[in-house]
Amino acid sequence: MGNRTIIPFGPQHPVLPEPIHIDLVVEDEKVVEAVPSIGFIHRGLEKLTEKKDFIEYVYVAERICGICSFIHGQTYCQGIEEIMKIEIPSRAKYLRTIWGELSRIHSHLLWLGLMADAFGFESLFMHSWRVREEVLNLIEATTGGRVIFGSCKVGGTRRDIPPEQMTWLLAELTKIEKEMRLIVDIFLNDNSVKHRLCGVGVISKDDAIALGAVGPTLRASGVADDMRLLKYAAFGELNFQPIVRNEGDSYGRCAVRCEELFQSVDLIRQAAAKMPAGEIAVKVTGNPDGEFFSRVEQPRGEVVYYIKGNGTKNLTRFRARTPTFANVPPLVKMLAGCELADVPVLVLTIDPCISCTER
Amino acid sequence: MAFFQMKKMILAWTFRTPVTTKYPFQPRKICPGSRGRLDIKITDCIFCTLCAKRCPTQALEVDRENKKWHIDRLRCISCGYCVEVCPKKCLSLTGDHGIPTVTKDVETF
Amino acid sequence: MIEEQTIIAVMPETLVAETRKMKEQGYRLVQICVTRLGEELQLDYTFDLNRKFVNFRFLQPKNGARVPSISSLYWCAFTYENEISDLFGVQVDGNALDFKGTFYKTAMKHPFIQDAAPAVVPAPAKAGGQ
Repeated sequence: MGNRTIIPFGPQHPVLPEPIHIDLVVEDEKVVEAVPSIGFIHRGLEKLTEKKDFIEYVYVAERICGICSFIHGQTYCQGIEEIMKIEIPSRAKYLRTIWGELSRIHSHLLWLGLMADAFGFESLFMHSWRVREEVLNLIEATTGGRVIFGSCKVGGTRRDIPPEQMTWLLAELTKIEKEMRLIVDIFLNDNSVKHRLCGVGVISKDDAIALGAVGPTLRASGVADDMRLLKYAAFGELNFQPIVRNEGDSYGRCAVRCEELFQSVDLIRQAAAKMPAGEIAVKVTGNPDGEFFSRVEQPRGEVVYYIKGNGTKNLTRFRARTPTFANVPPLVKMLAGCELADVPVLVLTIDPCISCTER
Repeated sequence: MAFFQMKKMILAWTFRTPVTTKYPFQPRKICPGSRGRLDIKITDCIFCTLCAKRCPTQALEVDRENKKWHIDRLRCISCGYCVEVCPKKCLSLTGDHGIPTVTKDVETF
Repeated sequence: MIEEQTIIAVMPETLVAETRKMKEQGYRLVQICVTRLGEELQLDYTFDLNRKFVNFRFLQPKNGARVPSISSLYWCAFTYENEISDLFGVQVDGNALDFKGTFYKTAMKHPFIQDAAPAVVPAPAKAGGQ
């Protein structure tokens, strides 16, 4: 039995996009136990419902996280619309779907870059983010903001994508798809990348369900669970099947995200072809009275919002359970028994978005 | 066994120009429709205070008696809510993001 | 309506037994949520199986709330139980990985059941540039 030392990982670390602290109990370069510690970026956003009325709160909900910002706004608006029994126009549903999938593409490209950085492949990191810049330009042209879209509101969307802009968007998307294929080819086929990813952090199918994993972490272990199958927004009319892999290791999680990139491009094309003309928003009167659990698929997994209103313009309760919060127990289980050099790869493989986790 | 898959990309990019803009020596390409700095045509303003009431961060202050309109630039999140509710359409969001400041000043129009 | 959401009322005493039935059927734990309703706390335990949504609900008093832990059945519940004990002051008996109040580092203990925030004196505005 070797000597046990405790090595602190984070909150400042070059691979971490956001601060999380993990105490690693290490025995001669092998991690025996990991104790997570969060709370560095807790802003108490759930308590802000006491001050901001439910229409203004969209702006707060969007700013819970920078990477998954649009889908937070969409989940919130969807929850309020279900409580108040508002039916939004079909065009608004398609627009939200298109922006949601664009958001997923940029988030996965960001993750691919960070993953390459985690095992030291800086030039691949730069190339992934270069392609992501093209996607951000698309988003800026259609919504006005690169990261915070600001285009979702209760009752529909605030902006429209006119047909000429849509044709331009699809043309740009074809160019971006070609670039993405080059990058994904390196991630999935290069020998040195595979050496760092294969067999690292294996979670079996039963473990994944028992530990409450969500999103690509769950789908890479063979469970076909994706909240887009709930057919919210326009997903009921699109052809969609979740992407599942059976490896259960970091390579499987990387492959799920890579394949989801192309699936999102395909979903945007389908939605653009089927989008009907019409209004983009309906007028909202009254206050929410009731409760609803709004569930949407974020790039990182399933996000659950519990929204409760009591007839006044301030909500009684707004609770966001984000996917990274649910993925922390699988991370702790994965870290036990791994090598010290694999710790950054494992922390990044669940796609940590700590500002989401701690709101 | 696929070794050095990156060679295709490296070869292609050796002869291309860099994508980065040499900002601030090269001007930044502004995207039309981008939500940037808030601008007001003060001559059209009727001081109805609707924009100040709707601002989610309370960045705007409208003085009815003295006919003054104040904005705290650092609080503005460029959401465009005020632009939507203005009855006279005198507010607009320009494409550029304004100059960086070091003090919390309030701009008056 | 996007999905049917079943909400079942349980008692704190039967919570562990009902959770065991859920685990045997293969449900996964989605979240544990606490809502403050005046002087009471409403606890929600949510489970999901292939998008079938089941929610257990019961009430507890605001001060002195006490629930048994389900982390013996669902180990992942330790994060939620630490969160509810740090933010709402709910005492959880038998948490598998108990952080004893240090999971969230907040300025005041149990912030979500306090009635008013401490008075904050605004900093005086600086005059002009430096």
